[in-house]
Amino acid sequence: MVATENSIQGTETVFDPMKAKLISKRRRVSLPQWAVAWLVLIPALIFISMFMLYPIINTFLYAFIQNFKYEKGAGSFALGQFFTGISRGKVFTFGLSNFKLALSNETFIYSIGNTAILVIVEVPLTITVSLLIATFLNNIKVLKGFYQTIFFLPYVTNTIALGLIFNLAFSYSPGGFINVFLNKVFGVKDPINWLQSDAYKPGMMVSTKFTQGVVIVLYSLWNGIAFKILVFMSGLATIDSQYYNAAKIDGASNFTIWRRITLPLLSPQILYITITSFIGAFKMYTGVMAVYQGAESNQSYYFGSIPELPADRDGEAWIPIVGWIYRELEHNYDAPGIASAASLILLAIIMVITAAQFAVSKKRVHY
Amino acid sequence: MAEHATYFADEKSRKAYLAKQIVLKVLVYLFLTIFALFLVAPFVLMVVGSFVNAENFYQFSENADFKQLGFQNWGFSNYKEVFNDTYIDNFGNIQPKKGNNFGVFFLNTFIVAIGSTTVTVVTAVLAAFAFARLQFKGREALFALLLATMMIPGEMMVITNFMVVRKLQWTNTFAALILVHGVSVFYVFYLRQTFQQIPNELYLAAKVDGVGDLGYLWKVMIPIAMPTITTIIILSMMGSWNSYVWPNLVASGSWRLNSKHSMLLVSNGLRSLFGQNTSGTMEAIKIAGAMVISLPLFLVFIFFRKYIMRGVSRSGIKG
Repeated sequence: MVATENSIQGTETVFDPMKAKLISKRRRVSLPQWAVAWLVLIPALIFISMFMLYPIINTFLYAFIQNFKYEKGAGSFALGQFFTGISRGKVFTFGLSNFKLALSNETFIYSIGNTAILVIVEVPLTITVSLLIATFLNNIKVLKGFYQTIFFLPYVTNTIALGLIFNLAFSYSPGGFINVFLNKVFGVKDPINWLQSDAYKPGMMVSTKFTQGVVIVLYSLWNGIAFKILVFMSGLATIDSQYYNAAKIDGASNFTIWRRITLPLLSPQILYITITSFIGAFKMYTGVMAVYQGAESNQSYYFGSIPELPADRDGEAWIPIVGWIYRELEHNYDAPGIASAASLILLAIIMVITAAQFAVSKKRVHY
Repeated sequence: MAEHATYFADEKSRKAYLAKQIVLKVLVYLFLTIFALFLVAPFVLMVVGSFVNAENFYQFSENADFKQLGFQNWGFSNYKEVFNDTYIDNFGNIQPKKGNNFGVFFLNTFIVAIGSTTVTVVTAVLAAFAFARLQFKGREALFALLLATMMIPGEMMVITNFMVVRKLQWTNTFAALILVHGVSVFYVFYLRQTFQQIPNELYLAAKVDGVGDLGYLWKVMIPIAMPTITTIIILSMMGSWNSYVWPNLVASGSWRLNSKHSMLLVSNGLRSLFGQNTSGTMEAIKIAGAMVISLPLFLVFIFFRKYIMRGVSRSGIKG
């Protein structure tokens, strides 16, 4: 059978099937390759330009136009709004006022601090642990597949569901699993209030920023190592065992082998994981929120609205940058300038750190 | 590593070496086991909590009385409660869920998962075909542009997309959930690499046989790249199942076309379940809810482990 999908024009209907085959081969006016290419690219390009390229440009516009506000009857799109505004004689001024407003917002600065602390603690911890696990897994034979499956499990779990389970495990009630565990194994007498920021019983301890941070970091560790282990394992699998044999003959110790052979040969994967972890950690949001859920016994949580920072900040919530952006967006959806400026600041932070990592890696990564 | 022949001066140093290796092995297994327990613990809590009778679980959590977790009252009552049409609020009143039960959440999620996976796979296959096989002006530049968008944090796009969805009146519709993420640059990239590995000779042979470009895509490339496409389908389905932030922004109410039909997906639904009632007796039911939305993922993982790991590790190597 001859495919006729791209002979859009020029194929005549011939009734003799045998003949049709021969004739259509000769008479086919097939589209040139570039035309086919653009034809098949149309669906992807429509989506990309509508929901990716346009939003990127648009968010830049929002961020730099001062006092941008949506107006009724001026079309759906921001650019449309922009040009309609101009045609109506409105004067738009470009400037950095949105950035100033964002950076002068106390909670935004606070959220940057939160995110920075979490990144600094969490990223090195997760990478070290997953690197160790991957190396160890690579060196054992018995039960290797079993352990590998267990270590991969967190990757196929629902972030929200497991965050909520963490929340329950760290609950203050006498049967909160972590407190029971600490009591039975380490003899910790008083239960620790890990997450709740309100005291509903007299004499009950209230969680501190530290205890909340511990839970968030443990959850990120739990949630983050699966992917990293898998990447490291696939990198380790490509290292030629000749290097190890040669080092053994030279009498190198296990640690020297790991330090001098495994690490350098694994450096591309380590670089990749470091960069993606930093980016991921700066954009952290869902995990923090899932762990908190239920900790605040607040009815406004009904349908999953974005967590509020307590007005007096007694709870010292760990609101991350992205959390602040979404909150700002929901509150001021008609004037998205500040949220856009904040997202550009986030982008700038991520890009600076990624560039720094590439610069450092030039000396240390061996391809 | 330990198995390779190593030569020793005498029997004593050989024994010392072996003893050291055994100690190392024990330490390695100890480390692995501790972390494995850390990773498995939440699942154990989830399984136990979901089967224990809700009242017993409450008694357990109030008194730390492990006897309450005994097998005598294990059953599916928490699961029934999750799919129930009513719930008990904080004041003990029975409230209707108004279509807010997990059956609806599952249905919504299936619609979104199937819809968005279809759109994503079709766009990715076609675009990857153009980038991998066809020659046209500006191909490399366009591809570089696409790759550059992968670096931009999604939050930047969310801001405008959120506004666009509002202005298009797409809030609380399936279109907002399916179409906005209708193309994934990563999948285009991943599929393009698979397509590029298909030898050129096949294309020329197909040309000689009079097969056109699209015929070649359909009859040769797609069958060869089927494992990759399967991986993409699974990862995309899992993505819809786990999506939370975007649905929470644009579809957290009831359906625009039917106000009795909730638009929540499973993750958002689970969070609303956790918010409905904060009393202790609800805990086991909440755990059952978490179990209900985690179980399908485990099943997918068991049956498609190979494809999932392939996709994940591939994305790692080609970073």
